Amino acid sequence: MMRERHLNMIILALLVLVPAYALWADEPFTITLATRAVIFALAGVGLNLALGQGGLVSFGHAAYFGMGGYAMGILASHAQSYTPIMESPFLIEGTNSMPVIWLVAIITSALLALLIGALSLRTSGVYFIMVTLAFGQMFYYFTISWPAYGGEDGLSIYVRNQFPGLNTLDPIQFYGICFVILCLVLFLVNRLNKSPFGLALMGAHQNEERAVTVGINVNRLRLVAFVISGAITGLAGALFADLNRFVSPTMFSWQISGEIMIFIILGGVARLFGPVVGAALFILLEHVLGGLSEYWFVYLGAILLFVVLFAKGGIIGQLSKKESGHEG
Amino acid sequence: MISMNGKAALKTLGAATAMALALASAAVADGHSKVKVGLITTLTGGGAGLGVDIRDGFLLGVKQAGDGGIEVVVEDDQRKPDVAVKVADKLLQSDKVDIMTGLVFSNLALAVAPATTAQGKFYISPNAGPAQLAGRGCHENYFNVAWQNDGPHEAAGATANKMGMKKAFIFAPNYPAGQDALNGFKRTFEGEIETEIFTKLGQTDYAAEIAQMRASDADGIFFFAPGGMGISFLKQYADSGIDLPLVGPAFSFDQTILPAVGDAAEGVLNTAQWAPDLDNDASRAFVESFKAEYGRIPSIYAQQGFDTALLIASAAAKADVKDTDAFRDALRAADFTSTRGDFRFGNNQHPIQDFWVRKVVKDGDIYTNTAVEIAIEDRQDVYAAECKLEW
Amino acid sequence: MDLLLLIEQILNGLQFGVMLFLMAAGLTLIFGVMGLINLAHGSLFMIGAFAAAAVAGWTGSFLLALIASLAAAAMVGALVEITVIRRLYDREHLDQVLATFALILIFSEGTRWIFGSFPLFLDIPAWLKGTISLPGGIQYSLYRLTIIGIGLVVAVGLFLLISKTRVGMRIRAGENDREMIGALGVDISALYTLVFALGAALAGLSGALVGAIQSVEVGMGEPVLILAFVVIVIGGIGSIKGALAGAILVGLTDTLGRTLLPVIFGAFMEPSAATTVGSALASMLIYILMAGVLIFRPTGLFGRA
Repeated sequence: MMRERHLNMIILALLVLVPAYALWADEPFTITLATRAVIFALAGVGLNLALGQGGLVSFGHAAYFGMGGYAMGILASHAQSYTPIMESPFLIEGTNSMPVIWLVAIITSALLALLIGALSLRTSGVYFIMVTLAFGQMFYYFTISWPAYGGEDGLSIYVRNQFPGLNTLDPIQFYGICFVILCLVLFLVNRLNKSPFGLALMGAHQNEERAVTVGINVNRLRLVAFVISGAITGLAGALFADLNRFVSPTMFSWQISGEIMIFIILGGVARLFGPVVGAALFILLEHVLGGLSEYWFVYLGAILLFVVLFAKGGIIGQLSKKESGHEG
Repeated sequence: MISMNGKAALKTLGAATAMALALASAAVADGHSKVKVGLITTLTGGGAGLGVDIRDGFLLGVKQAGDGGIEVVVEDDQRKPDVAVKVADKLLQSDKVDIMTGLVFSNLALAVAPATTAQGKFYISPNAGPAQLAGRGCHENYFNVAWQNDGPHEAAGATANKMGMKKAFIFAPNYPAGQDALNGFKRTFEGEIETEIFTKLGQTDYAAEIAQMRASDADGIFFFAPGGMGISFLKQYADSGIDLPLVGPAFSFDQTILPAVGDAAEGVLNTAQWAPDLDNDASRAFVESFKAEYGRIPSIYAQQGFDTALLIASAAAKADVKDTDAFRDALRAADFTSTRGDFRFGNNQHPIQDFWVRKVVKDGDIYTNTAVEIAIEDRQDVYAAECKLEW
Repeated sequence: MDLLLLIEQILNGLQFGVMLFLMAAGLTLIFGVMGLINLAHGSLFMIGAFAAAAVAGWTGSFLLALIASLAAAAMVGALVEITVIRRLYDREHLDQVLATFALILIFSEGTRWIFGSFPLFLDIPAWLKGTISLPGGIQYSLYRLTIIGIGLVVAVGLFLLISKTRVGMRIRAGENDREMIGALGVDISALYTLVFALGAALAGLSGALVGAIQSVEVGMGEPVLILAFVVIVIGGIGSIKGALAGAILVGLTDTLGRTLLPVIFGAFMEPSAATTVGSALASMLIYILMAGVLIFRPTGLFGRA
């Protein structure tokens, strides 16, 4: 059996080779699928920081995913119609520049995570799962019934936003952007996990009492992790909106929160590449099974069930035959 | 009996595809390239019944049209906009379809249609007709064969006038289609609005609203509650003992849900562009063949899917789909015999058509709708004026 | 709004709450005894409704349909407990959430496979149709009153079961100390199967009762499931008393919010904006309530720390 690090290298190589092959074989849809997988992986990497390292089972990460999506949708729709977002007390214009949108998505979802996290972290266990779900639902119903930005109809952005020097409408170039972001975030998260902060977070997950006795402010530690986690998922939401050129309240739905969790479980909880493998596998299953039968959800459910019951540590855990994901 | 639907549909799907493929070669010999249609619709989850009917109606139409050389690729959208966008990308990029169709829900159509037309392909809507795509956002490659969303509600307003309704209690779910529904009704209704309520999307308990109806001075109720919401409301209303007359668009009285509502719907007036017993040859033939093929009465969704297929076939017989301009002209001519009788496109490529008042009746053991009279004649949507298309 | 209408709306809120209680009771019982989060509880609700619709269709008897809903949900519940759920008791909540999420997918599409894509018919029996006059002249649906009655009977029954019977004693013992009860020679796995089947049967029963006035369709379980979770979290997970209090609180908040908020906003906004804003806020209200309760009482109203 191989080391997890080698396995991670293979996964990265596949993420380069598959789209490269698709480009060569002129199959743009494969690139679109790969982009989808990479963006979902990014959302999963965000949640994994809270859920895997921190042990904070958030069932409401769709809130940040949607927040990122709407950051893109609102900015880009105003740029599209040449109307300012607000004029007083100071002028805010829309934009179609990706870097600006990403920044706004990260900041708004981080702020949202700060608010939700500060309130939710007063609870723990099942209560935490459910209160995060409740916050997600609040945003879902709010966006459906709030008419200013399309309500349930959502917002269509007709042209993908711009990135200096690139043609973002070209599938492979957009894939490149998403892939580079994923790699950067993976690198940063890996550094974070190995830093004193990451070790303390993991320590507090494994033994809260001990962490408290050595003088760690567990609550603040978790809040910081939760905020970073939300910001990463928000960034993924902005990219997802740009992939579809469309945002809608379904980005806030509890099923999205569930799916992001599924990526992590499929791949392996608290493993750096867990969400990457999980998201890729999910997209692959959706594509292959969806073509087989109208009732493909039955098979998807059976596979998920099997992984949860019998494949502890997810796919990566099985392949590297190492049960705990606690070592980098 | 119901469990047979899935299998029967799949079998038909296979048969229709095989037939389409066989016909395709003939069509190519004829000089036209074959038309490849991507049909995205809701086939899993709660809204699946509507998608299944659109698909079945469409495939029946393709089969009967015969010589058009139409190939159909069917995909499921799970009623999720992002999945709809994904399968649309697949159909456009991988299957390289010429025409897209099939979406049931407006919010999904709004995600897919602009992307499709932007890539120079046609989107022909068999159901959803959001205002955005009918007015300023109209597009030369976007057609709607069903109606603009407001149509059935405007017809309901006209029907309420004929019923002598003076003070209406109106409600709809709080989302864009619901807001449009109330606006559509108010556009034609001449009486006064006694109470106006927005319910929660997906709401299943209407006790609170029913209590308000009982307490109100209204002399009639207009409501828009598609799918399961309509089933819930009608059953609860029937049990409430209130006997104010109801009127609404056909979505709450359709063949897909009437069996589940039962006698709670009997006698209620509702509005649509078509009814199963409409008095014309095309409609009679369609209903007979649909029953023979699938063993059930077609819904308006099936009828719209069927008409969509006929429209595409009529254009394919006239023009090569690769010649976008010629094909668009052929679509605009709408040179097919619609099951609803007179049919033509307005400048925004939405139908100008009659809307019927229908009444829910019991025919043997089966609940169905019978056409009563025309509610509004030759109706064109109000957004057409904002559309800058000229042809 | 006059007083009579307000009283009727309070009654409606109460009835909605009792309906939620039937669903939430099983959920909270299963959590309290086995420590399991069961997202598939909504599927058992759906199975109850479909079984009732099928049996009512064959026999025409509503009572038989209710019995069928209890039996079908209990049987499916026991079966799932033995094959799947049992392996999840020692797992983290995360695994439980995922495994039962997978069960939702299987049950939903499986049901559609068997019954087709169209909603089924289930109606109120003739002897429960119509309204009766309450003091003060309120016309109220007999069927809805019956639901309130059944819910209260179930609540009392559960209290008695848990506080007075041998099984209840074991359940309480199991809640407090799982190893202890095993050491006392109680067949713990049989007890767990029993509790799970009981919870499932309650979900099935509420599915059938609700199915008669709502739509029997695939996916009907999930919205109710989320509401039921809100209920038990507000009430304190594991507490039957909490589930009852939470259910009635949620039922009243939702019903009164829906009717009163647009009126309140109408006092200082133009009518159509008030309707939109009021309805939007009403649809978020129970989640705001839940967040509020948890912030001040992190383990719910009746939960143990």
